Amino acid sequence: MAPTKDQLLWMYAAMAKARYYEDTMAGVYMEGKTPKFDIGAGTVPGEMHLAAGQEPCAAGVCVHLRPDDAVTATHRPHHVAIAKGVDLKKMTAEIFGKKTGLAGGRGGHMHLLDPEVNFSCSGIIGESAGPADGAGLAARLSGRDSVAVAYLGEGAANQGAFHEALNLAALWTLPVVFVIEDNSWGISVPKSKSTAVKDNSVRAEGYGMPGAHIADNDTLKIFDAAGKAVKRARAGKGPSLIEIVTYRYYGHFQGDPEVYRPEKEVGKLKAKDPIKRLRKHMIKKAGIPKGEIEETLEAAKAEVDEAFAFARESLYPAPREALDHVFA
Amino acid sequence: MDSNRILTVSRAMAEAIGQEMKRDKNVFVMGEDIGAYGGIFGATQGLLEEFGEERVRDTPISETAFIGAGVGAAMSGMRPIVELMFVDFFGVCMDAIYNLAAKNVYFSGGHFKVPMVLMTATGGGYSDAGQHSQTLHATFAHLPGLKVVAPSNAYDAKGLMTSAIRDDGPVLYMFHKGLQGLVWMASPEGAATPVPEESYTIPFGEAKVAREGKDVTIVTLSMMVHRALEAAGALAGEGVEAEVIDLRTLVPLDREAVLSSVAKTGRLVVVDEDYRSFGLTAEILATVVETDPGLLRAAPRRVAYPNIPIPYSRPMEQFALPDAAKIADAVRETLDLKKAA
Repeated sequence: MAPTKDQLLWMYAAMAKARYYEDTMAGVYMEGKTPKFDIGAGTVPGEMHLAAGQEPCAAGVCVHLRPDDAVTATHRPHHVAIAKGVDLKKMTAEIFGKKTGLAGGRGGHMHLLDPEVNFSCSGIIGESAGPADGAGLAARLSGRDSVAVAYLGEGAANQGAFHEALNLAALWTLPVVFVIEDNSWGISVPKSKSTAVKDNSVRAEGYGMPGAHIADNDTLKIFDAAGKAVKRARAGKGPSLIEIVTYRYYGHFQGDPEVYRPEKEVGKLKAKDPIKRLRKHMIKKAGIPKGEIEETLEAAKAEVDEAFAFARESLYPAPREALDHVFA
Repeated sequence: MDSNRILTVSRAMAEAIGQEMKRDKNVFVMGEDIGAYGGIFGATQGLLEEFGEERVRDTPISETAFIGAGVGAAMSGMRPIVELMFVDFFGVCMDAIYNLAAKNVYFSGGHFKVPMVLMTATGGGYSDAGQHSQTLHATFAHLPGLKVVAPSNAYDAKGLMTSAIRDDGPVLYMFHKGLQGLVWMASPEGAATPVPEESYTIPFGEAKVAREGKDVTIVTLSMMVHRALEAAGALAGEGVEAEVIDLRTLVPLDREAVLSSVAKTGRLVVVDEDYRSFGLTAEILATVVETDPGLLRAAPRRVAYPNIPIPYSRPMEQFALPDAAKIADAVRETLDLKKAA
């Protein structure tokens, strides 16, 4: 399956937007945290997990999805939320803890939930899997052909919840696609020290579903594998698993000294930047004019800048609002 | 020997563990990022270098498996120290904790020992939101078979850790992130203290009087000891002398210390960073009331987290979080004094 020109531009826009978003957030996150880093201080306090480098995993999958398809994501959610079409202003306001945020500031960066596009995420490793099964089940019971996509890290593939959800999805022939973003690191623990198999796609077979392994963060290969998996799910043929070897440019969390990471690793990954590779393909192989690509990039950046400005200008919630929405 | 050597809580914990590992080859550590990283909250700093990979094991993200394995190893002659990175993660592995670790001594009529320490990070106030900021004292204290300890300072941290490792049953060691003395998270001044270089133990079930006073008893533990002391400092300026009791351990609970203090002061404020309802604060009040309600000269007060998911946004989180101002106001209420403006 190869992408059309429109799909190429869509993916490029999603990836460029996510990259610019993460790079902008990296700078904003440090506001108020210097000269001495204090995690609770500044414009965006708390933990921050950035996904620069992992954009293909979001764009190459979400290009095939509709707003009524459900996506569950992880503690590193921004690129997926962007690709899924979460309102960028409300998302950014939420990360800033403002009243205009998706949850009025209650959730923050690790808990972005948007029913408009059926997006949710969790800070607990492996907890994205079960709800994806549930969304798939709901689609079946309501006679819809929508699908569910669960994002997980390679570390989550060793958590019980993952294994249970895979078995359940296969057993009940649920329209789910499990996407593993293998960025090699579970905080400081490399995959070689956490996982008994070299490649999680072989586990798919053990659970009665097809598994695909995508090496080297290749957007076009992700597009192809995801297209097939989503088509299979929509046709009622059941779940699939896709494991993508991807890159994490930043630390596990912002402020992570990354003492565990080999010194030159990030530089080597950046030399194979997936957005640059896609751009090259678009120009050389797909004949898309450079001007159109530039315009797409500028529009993406403008949208991000607007979202950050909106977040900054928005008010904080009143303190007492903490007590609202505990119950439905 | 430098008797005034000051250690952070995380350093004191790591020192206790290291000394016990030297003393007893059956002691080993496992958990996520406890090896090269030294523990996300510094509890195992330096241990990998000293003891190697066999005894200081990074695990996959598989809490049910490795905590269950901790129970099994403990029942097979080892003395494992297992780290559950954030207490909030207990959801994925609670069975291994409350049904296995906590009950196997009982199920075997005392014939099996389960000398496992489960150490875990608690606490919020730095905007880590609803799944990374909880304290959950009551969740674990409520369930039978687990000892539960929560130090407020480095001296207690080392002694309680040593006692926990030497205990033949399962001990949940709850350390507050904001007390660890991490370079990336502020901690109160009283958390780091002088710590003796030699090994020592602190018995469970013995509270400490952190501050003497005659007008009101404030009972608390962990981070809230420091907030209570702050409140006591402010109140002293108003002529109110508060006594602060640092419980140090929840199970066993030093009820006698609470009762004798309340017998002296007649007024009680209980402080807990955990959710208010169905927890520690209620337990302390019940202890007083069911022993002798006549001890109280005024209605007691509780300062605890409201029963809401912990909000991310700073103004909302700070609204909910117990702090020195709220504690001081609660004290004033028991004395029928006007609250601070």
